[in-house]
Amino acid sequence: MKRRTFLQGTLAASAAGLAVSAGLLTPGMVMAEGGGAFDAKSMEDALKVMALTPEDSGDVKIKAPEIAENGAVVPVTVTSGVAGTTEISILVDGNPTPLAATFILAEGTSPEVSTRIKMGKTANVVAIAKAGDKSYTAKQEVKVTIGGCGG
Amino acid sequence: MSSIKLKASAKDGAVEVKALMTHPMETGQRKDKKTGELVPAHFIKEIIVTAGDKTVLTANWGGSVSKNPYLAFSYAGKAGDKVKLSWTDNKGEKDSAEADVA
Repeated sequence: MKRRTFLQGTLAASAAGLAVSAGLLTPGMVMAEGGGAFDAKSMEDALKVMALTPEDSGDVKIKAPEIAENGAVVPVTVTSGVAGTTEISILVDGNPTPLAATFILAEGTSPEVSTRIKMGKTANVVAIAKAGDKSYTAKQEVKVTIGGCGG
Repeated sequence: MSSIKLKASAKDGAVEVKALMTHPMETGQRKDKKTGELVPAHFIKEIIVTAGDKTVLTANWGGSVSKNPYLAFSYAGKAGDKVKLSWTDNKGEKDSAEADVA
């Protein structure tokens, strides 16, 4: 019996591997399973997993407070002026896991999203807008008086 | 009782969707002050918002979204649309809510 479960396990694992190499599964899907970019511990790693090399752009706008008294609740609105924006991501470079959220926009959905995020300390809120093969980024510093990760 | 407050209102050909969800959004990195042990991660991982049978927004979240998360966005739509928001968290729990666009 044990041998059987073992074999099944190996088969399942190699099938998943094959599916990836055959291009059946996109890296994004695999990423979603394991947490992927959301588990990345640095901006560089997060961007690597997301496969993005964003360039600075004035078309990406972040609305966030300059000073947040409570890091547990920092309201952030990201607007992308880049035509054909399909994805907007919000990251915080000072957080233990920088990636906070990715929004996938359908056609007809405005490239503007608002949410509230946690910030452990004073850091940059980084927004990335993806349009086609390219991505664009902007950042804004938010000074945090009370960190949001200590509860 | 639903954990989601959902409002959708139409203006000039766009529908603004605002949602407030009740969820602890634990990162898994916070320590319980009494026991000193890590509070297990518990956060909404995925949100799907549909209007009629069309998906208008998909959000993938990590634990850095605030407790009782808020989400606002708009899409090209009209009054009378049925907007539905569903979330799934990292423990596999789910909830959804529907609202008529006013």
